[in-house]
Amino acid sequence: MKYRYLKEKLFFALVRFSALIIILAIGGFIAYIVVNGIGAISWEFITEPPRDSMTKGGIMPAILGTLYLTVGTVIVALPLGVIAAIYLSEYAKHGPVLRFIRVGINCLAGVPSIVFGLFGLALFVVFLKFGSSILAGSLTLGILILPTIIGASEEALKTVPQTFREASLGLGVSKWQTVTRIVLPSALPGILTGSILGIGRAAGETAPIMFTAAAFFTAILPKSIFDEVMALPYHVYVLATAGTHIEETRPLQYGTILVLVTLVLGLDLIAIIIRSYMRKKKRW
Amino acid sequence: MTRSLKEKIIKNVLFAFSLVSILVLGLIVVFLFMEGLPILGFVSLKDFIFGIEWYPTYDPPAFGIGSLIVGSVLVTFFSTLIAVPLGVLSAIYIAELARPAIKEIFKPVVELLAGLPSVVLGFFGMAVLAPWLQETFDLPTGLNIVNASIVLAFMAVPTISSISEDALYAVPREFKEASYALGATRFETIIKVIIPASLSGISTAVILGMARAIGETMVVLMVAGGAAAIPESIFDSVRPMPASIAAEMGEAPFRSEHYHALFATGIVLFILTLGFNLIADYISNKYKEVGSATL
Repeated sequence: MKYRYLKEKLFFALVRFSALIIILAIGGFIAYIVVNGIGAISWEFITEPPRDSMTKGGIMPAILGTLYLTVGTVIVALPLGVIAAIYLSEYAKHGPVLRFIRVGINCLAGVPSIVFGLFGLALFVVFLKFGSSILAGSLTLGILILPTIIGASEEALKTVPQTFREASLGLGVSKWQTVTRIVLPSALPGILTGSILGIGRAAGETAPIMFTAAAFFTAILPKSIFDEVMALPYHVYVLATAGTHIEETRPLQYGTILVLVTLVLGLDLIAIIIRSYMRKKKRW
Repeated sequence: MTRSLKEKIIKNVLFAFSLVSILVLGLIVVFLFMEGLPILGFVSLKDFIFGIEWYPTYDPPAFGIGSLIVGSVLVTFFSTLIAVPLGVLSAIYIAELARPAIKEIFKPVVELLAGLPSVVLGFFGMAVLAPWLQETFDLPTGLNIVNASIVLAFMAVPTISSISEDALYAVPREFKEASYALGATRFETIIKVIIPASLSGISTAVILGMARAIGETMVVLMVAGGAAAIPESIFDSVRPMPASIAAEMGEAPFRSEHYHALFATGIVLFILTLGFNLIADYISNKYKEVGSATL
């Protein structure tokens, strides 16, 4: 009898230990970034372009580039994803067609980011002649997070109680009006929080923009969506791996990482907080 | 226009939008093959896949991605070895052990881990893990299979943990209660009832975690070391497929043999991950009906 409980104790200790490792890894990681990066952060670092072949100065063009790409990604992915989710959740009937679409979405979600990069290069940069540009990068990142947006939107639409729809349809309102006036507004906060998580992921991606949008260094800021841009993740990669000043530019690297992580995790954190707040305040 | 006609049009337009994912997937296949297949004019399929000589810029060049595939498989294998226990056990922690207040904190933290940009994790492997490994084990370089596997494992943990957790939650209460009623301890209930009942979900989690690791680019690009050769120990450098594509595409002349070879490597990577995803999809659908319905 004692032996059985001893085994249980050992197992639970192992389980707690695993959870602890994960917490420590993330905590240590974030502490490490903050401690090393905070020294590099200054008003100049945020607002000025790099100088002296990127060994001094700031990262303003990279911040701006990542913002442009992120906004572009939202414009591409959000409408497409939400509309697809509305069909899947409100209109589609169970059957082979729906199954086919779902398998497609799952497979798209599993495509490696570097393959999206190759695809973006072949279709947007070369075939459609957009060149390496904000447009090509946004389209590539947009289709990368499309499955995430669809999933988040569907989940949010599903939490809207069936009675809402029935009440609306029962009053003689058409299906489309029910969807746009009743279901969508109720699901909107959920759609947005889920989507923000996907958007954060897009902002931090490097591989898909390497061949489609990101520039090593640009002397001037982009003037149109057909210009290439610097981007925070790619800037980190470039500073950490290319050139002869890798050790010398460490402070810049840590600073850039801190800005990038603050941006991405900040977005995630906002989404997570809104979500837990919504769960508590749920009216139905 | 009558109302029912309008509704019908709307429905069809929405349907068209829902096909965008399929369309994109199809376009990915078309463009990868369009840019990748021409390599078969320079090298046979067998030599491309199984050849271990990857000298794309030599004269004459050699395009064998065998060692790149081995590199990908090795880092994926070792990272899975680390990530599966961590991911599954932490899922058990959330689903069975943690108090609600702790769960409220732990789950978002794991989500944050999923949100960390891969380039940042890669940087961590380069700047912290590599020097430490190099010193501790007295190695010529800390950029190797072990380093890449550890960092990749932490990228796969959130995927494995969250999908496993869903699977554990899906086990009906009655199973647990019946087990307790028979006098089983919590441990015995978890091991003999809950885990077997959620095994399909956990398998899906593991497969998707592996797919994540094999397709991950920045980490292997920055910390795997980049040697395109068959490694002899786990402390050797490798050059997994995504690393090769990311590192070389910038320098490969447009539509050269090298360019086509990199796209062809992308095809191999795409097919591999597609396979992983289809298997995961098959398992999760086949065993969907866990619970009272199957009793």
